[in-house]
Amino acid sequence: MAEATMLQVLSPSGDVQSDLLPELSEERMVDLYRQMLRTRAIDTRMLALQRQGRIGFYGTCRGQEAATIGSGAAMLPEDWVYPALREGAVLLLRGYSLEQYMGQLVGCALDPTHGRQMPCHFGSDAHNYVTLSSVIGTQINQAMGTAWAMKIKKHKKVTLGYMGDGATSSTDFHCALTIAAVHKVPAVFFCQNNQWAISVPFSKQTASKGIAAKAVAYGMPGVAVDGNDVLAVYRATKEAADRARNGGGPTLIEAITYRQEGHSSSDDPTRYRDAKIHEEWMQRDPLDRYRRFLELEGLVSAEMDAEIEAEVKASVNAAILAAEASPMPDVNTLFTDVYAEMPEQLLEQREDVLQERNEGTADGAFPL
Amino acid sequence: MSSITMVQAVNDALREEMRGDDDVVVLGEDVGINGGVFRCTADLIDEFGEERVIDTPLSESGIIGAAVGMALYGLKPVPEIQFSDFIWPAFDQITSEMAKMRYRSGGQFTCPMVVRTPYGGGIRGGHYHSQSPEAYFTHTPGLVVVIPSDPYDAKGLLKAAIRCEDPVIFLEPKRIYRAPKMDVPDDDDYVVEIGKAAVRREGTDFTITAYGAMVAVALEACEKAAEQGWSGEVVDLRTLLPLDEDAIIQSVTKTGRLVTLQEATKFCGFSSEISAIVAEKAIDVLEAPVKRVSGFDVPFPYTLEHVYMPHADRVLKAIEGVMTY
Ligand SMILES: Cc1ncc(C[n+]2csc(CCOP(=O)(O)OP(=O)(O)O)c2C)c(N)n1
Ligand SMILES: [Mg+2]
Repeated sequence: MAEATMLQVLSPSGDVQSDLLPELSEERMVDLYRQMLRTRAIDTRMLALQRQGRIGFYGTCRGQEAATIGSGAAMLPEDWVYPALREGAVLLLRGYSLEQYMGQLVGCALDPTHGRQMPCHFGSDAHNYVTLSSVIGTQINQAMGTAWAMKIKKHKKVTLGYMGDGATSSTDFHCALTIAAVHKVPAVFFCQNNQWAISVPFSKQTASKGIAAKAVAYGMPGVAVDGNDVLAVYRATKEAADRARNGGGPTLIEAITYRQEGHSSSDDPTRYRDAKIHEEWMQRDPLDRYRRFLELEGLVSAEMDAEIEAEVKASVNAAILAAEASPMPDVNTLFTDVYAEMPEQLLEQREDVLQERNEGTADGAFPL
Repeated sequence: MSSITMVQAVNDALREEMRGDDDVVVLGEDVGINGGVFRCTADLIDEFGEERVIDTPLSESGIIGAAVGMALYGLKPVPEIQFSDFIWPAFDQITSEMAKMRYRSGGQFTCPMVVRTPYGGGIRGGHYHSQSPEAYFTHTPGLVVVIPSDPYDAKGLLKAAIRCEDPVIFLEPKRIYRAPKMDVPDDDDYVVEIGKAAVRREGTDFTITAYGAMVAVALEACEKAAEQGWSGEVVDLRTLLPLDEDAIIQSVTKTGRLVTLQEATKFCGFSSEISAIVAEKAIDVLEAPVKRVSGFDVPFPYTLEHVYMPHADRVLKAIEGVMTY
């Protein structure tokens, strides 16, 4: 890893590189912290719910809160975001309601996407946050295309495309960065290098000295940043977004971070993870580091911490209860949105299902 | 004999074939130290090492493209695509390259290899961990498409596939990966012949064709039909391409009625082909129009999966349809 050249504002011990501090009001600095804390609180709660069988699947952001919140916060509301699996917090940061968020996780009628996808696959057009696909890498090309459209339409906007380190081996990554650089589209490609793609370590993903280095060959700036340092991530992303907004073309950012949990609720990381290296990374926790800095600056205190945590817990719990009290999506939603207008063949199939349900044979009849 | 799950059957088949032939290699995402996300390649790396049990970067077109090149050079690759829903980046390599190599080279180059991939619903996997892509592949000459419905066949068919001279798409119904268990021979030389269907239940009044996880649903529906005095026959297709047409025609000739069952979406599904073949070759034996039971023509849903998936009662309704026509 090219750690020697990675951008860092806060060292793991909390020392500040003052000349690199991004321009952020004290209030915004505290808000970043609040968002990171909320992200972690939601993860903790959701993993517990998954274990209790109340949601079907979950993939955490744990360990990557600085990379996620720092980058998301550097964008403007009119900018577009293409998430990967672990960036749901960016949608909340953009003002999405916690009820709908939980609605998606539970898969109930509160979810504007009608429970059609697995948990963590959020999307909201009102928030310029494009609905996630499980298919790794596909969003990178689409982010390039959206950025290109922004350029063609002469909109001073930027598209932020997230991906994991594994996604950089996909065909889409190569196509997207090739075209983005040739056409100087206003995109920020943000790679969360969390050291793992399920069980495959970064060393088996690529022999490249980091992901940022790949930018050279594509012909765009590549920036390696300490992904556990929220201020450095914010700074790097803001610089890249400003450059894109002003016609300077795309940037590839590699946030060097760490996935503290298993890949998802279906994974057992002890099968492949080295306990010692894991412990080392745990010592570099992004929340601890930022809290230390804020404490030194007198911006947070233990009481404030407890206060934020309690507030987050209460709102998350209320949202969960609301989602669980909500009914399942209507069966009709199984057939809507396949086309703008429902074709004959689907009308027939819907009729069959409704009839089946009236007869009482189908409700839950396939055992899941 | 040992009583094992389909996951263990796949694992055993791979291990035995790797022991028997040094050219057999396994490659894919998470197949090494993790043993595959479904554990089908568990512990192979301990016995055969990283050279033959290869953790690849996250690149499906890279995995299949590499395997095609390996096969051309004389290895016997058995690449795994983690979920069949993620096979599409490799679709070009499969349909344009792997399938056509023998033909386009006038038989000079061949790439015998087996693409293993879990498929199908019933596991709460949403859009991208549930789909049934078989028809995309059965539409491609040059491919062999195999789908086992139990551990016995999974092992025997996979061993046969690895020994096959043509490229095989081996679709594993993940819904029944871990249950039920079944007695499976330990014998190295046991294989199940590719291209042959199996009658899973004999009957006289109607035929159901099914494959993969739907075979169990067909059998359940037959039990229910029996309560009404109707005797059903279940033909498990096992190999979709090349298809055992004789087995289907024979059964329909006996029963005179056909219900096809698949969990894939309906329109242009594999069952439509069965229906066409029966219409062409045996329409005179039919006493009722063919009925297709399938998933609906919508993307695979998450929360409403239990409504989407064909279940025994839905099949029973189709049986009633052909029996009371
Ligand atoms: C095209 C494709 N292949 C395989 C998978 C299965 N899969 C899901 S996540 C994942 C690893 C992703 O790693 P990375 O891109 O580093 O993201 P991370 O999970 O670490 O955030 C794999 C192999 C998939 N979803 N899509
Ligand atoms: Mg990763």
